[in-house]
Amino acid sequence: MKQYIARRVGYSMLSLFLLSVTIFLFVRVTGDPVSLLVEPGASPEDIENIRRQLGLDQPLWEQYWHFMASLFAGDLGQSFYYRVPVLELYFQRLPHSLLLAAVAMTLSLLIGIPSGILAAVRVDGFWDSAGKIFSLLGLSLPQFWVGLVLILFFSVYLGWLPSSGSGGVLHLLMPAFTLGWYFAAAHMRLTRSSMLEVLGSEYIKLARLKGLPEALVIGKHALKNALIPVITLAGINLVVMINVAVVVETVFAWPGIGRLLYEGITFRDFPVVQGVVIIGGAMIVMVNLLVDILYALIDPRIRLES
Amino acid sequence: MTVITPVTTDTIVSATPFWRLKGFPVIPVSILLFIAFVAVFADLLAPHDPQIGSLARRFKPPFWLEGGSLAYPLGTDHVGRDVLSRLIFGARVSMVVGITAVLVAGSIGTLLGIMSGYLGGWADQVVMRITDTWLALPALTFAIFLAAIVGPSELNIILILGLVYWTRYARVIRGEVLSLKQREFVRLAIVAGCSKSLIMWRHIMPNVINSAIVLATLMLGVVIVTEASLSFLGVGVPPPKPAWGLMMADGKKGLMVGYWWLTVFPGICIMLMVLSANLLGDWLRVKLDPQLRQL
Repeated sequence: MKQYIARRVGYSMLSLFLLSVTIFLFVRVTGDPVSLLVEPGASPEDIENIRRQLGLDQPLWEQYWHFMASLFAGDLGQSFYYRVPVLELYFQRLPHSLLLAAVAMTLSLLIGIPSGILAAVRVDGFWDSAGKIFSLLGLSLPQFWVGLVLILFFSVYLGWLPSSGSGGVLHLLMPAFTLGWYFAAAHMRLTRSSMLEVLGSEYIKLARLKGLPEALVIGKHALKNALIPVITLAGINLVVMINVAVVVETVFAWPGIGRLLYEGITFRDFPVVQGVVIIGGAMIVMVNLLVDILYALIDPRIRLES
Repeated sequence: MTVITPVTTDTIVSATPFWRLKGFPVIPVSILLFIAFVAVFADLLAPHDPQIGSLARRFKPPFWLEGGSLAYPLGTDHVGRDVLSRLIFGARVSMVVGITAVLVAGSIGTLLGIMSGYLGGWADQVVMRITDTWLALPALTFAIFLAAIVGPSELNIILILGLVYWTRYARVIRGEVLSLKQREFVRLAIVAGCSKSLIMWRHIMPNVINSAIVLATLMLGVVIVTEASLSFLGVGVPPPKPAWGLMMADGKKGLMVGYWWLTVFPGICIMLMVLSANLLGDWLRVKLDPQLRQL
């Protein structure tokens, strides 16, 4: 067990290391990093100063050392546009992203789990086909297209919901649905396949032989076990949602991390872009590690297998 | 001596043309072929120049609405460019970027997947650790990061999408190679003294190409959505080139005042193309490659 966890932690550390190397190298190999890291319109002396500060005349490994040292000190650089440290900006926006992700996740589970159960109980029936179409649409439609159609219908045509910004509950509905739909498709598919697997197991047959009503067999006995992988996926996806909402947040002008990334591109604010990517990647590596460890704790087969 | 006659189903199978096969997605394939046709003959089909407009005729609605005319059947945009012509040339952008990016990602991923799976050892470790790490970065965020570094252009977008998506191929192909490696024909090739590169090229490659094709079709939809999203965010195909995602970003400003045709038409185009690619990919997956069914 300890060995297993140690190896998982080792892999994650390696991933984080490779992540930092990837980002470090991409910035440096492609052209002149000074043009990315120095404010547009800086004086030649400033540029020279920063070049020395970044140690761009030194060997690559030494530059990498400096890069990592400042990362560990929590220094992701200064935003050109807002003139505050990137980390500070990030934490200002994070609560908005968390709120959006939480609501989107709730919606996606409310849609995904019941439709997944319905599809599994009646395989190849009407609900199964409807669910397939729904999830195919969720995975195929670009989020900005869903978002704009919602705005067109609910804001422009009906005038029920505000088209952008944040504030009330009403502001949350459309962005949360747009973000949630994509994930609802994944949650539906997983609920369906996991439910099918559980329904084929011995203890479900026994429950049926005992003469329990079908609703009880499915709603209580089967669902409990079938939901375990779905909840795990939902946990991972909650973190993923925070980091992939850039299109949704741009369409609805929602002031979260994704919007910060968008502002980073539009204002040519490279430290912001770099910071968001680094934190996002690290977050996902860590949540994967957490899930691996949790699974090993719950399921002895996993830790013995390796 | 008994004569062994090989049992071939080839003759039976090849007697049915593939478009007659059960469940062949006729409509999606027709849509894709139509978009490809439009992309190839864009110069002949487009009624107007897609990049030049006149402010005198901006925001004209589609022809069936008050104030619209058949000269601009789907209306004009904020600088008076013909929406239909831009859609037609946008098909070319989507097709070119989509197909080339999938080819780039597919070649890198298949090659590294085969090497990683067959050679094993440190080569495998290196490729798989990089794959794991890059998969942790959300594709769109990673693509935005790269686009912010190299700057947007059509060629850069293709390279970026290739760089972001090869990992998905590498992982699937490697898995297949691991099981192929144990099969008789590969062992016999080793006994016969084939070099490693010959085995990978002549014996492994033809056996994973089906999976690569299936993945490519499924990936086409993903790549087109990503390209459109990048263009929508302003780091994709640079204006004034008519990319569908860019058209929607431009049209967004007019949405609140009721110029819906600027966003709805390119949106429908993206939707049709992505849905078609996904439906075709799903069908191919079941048809060509039973091992991928549970993907």
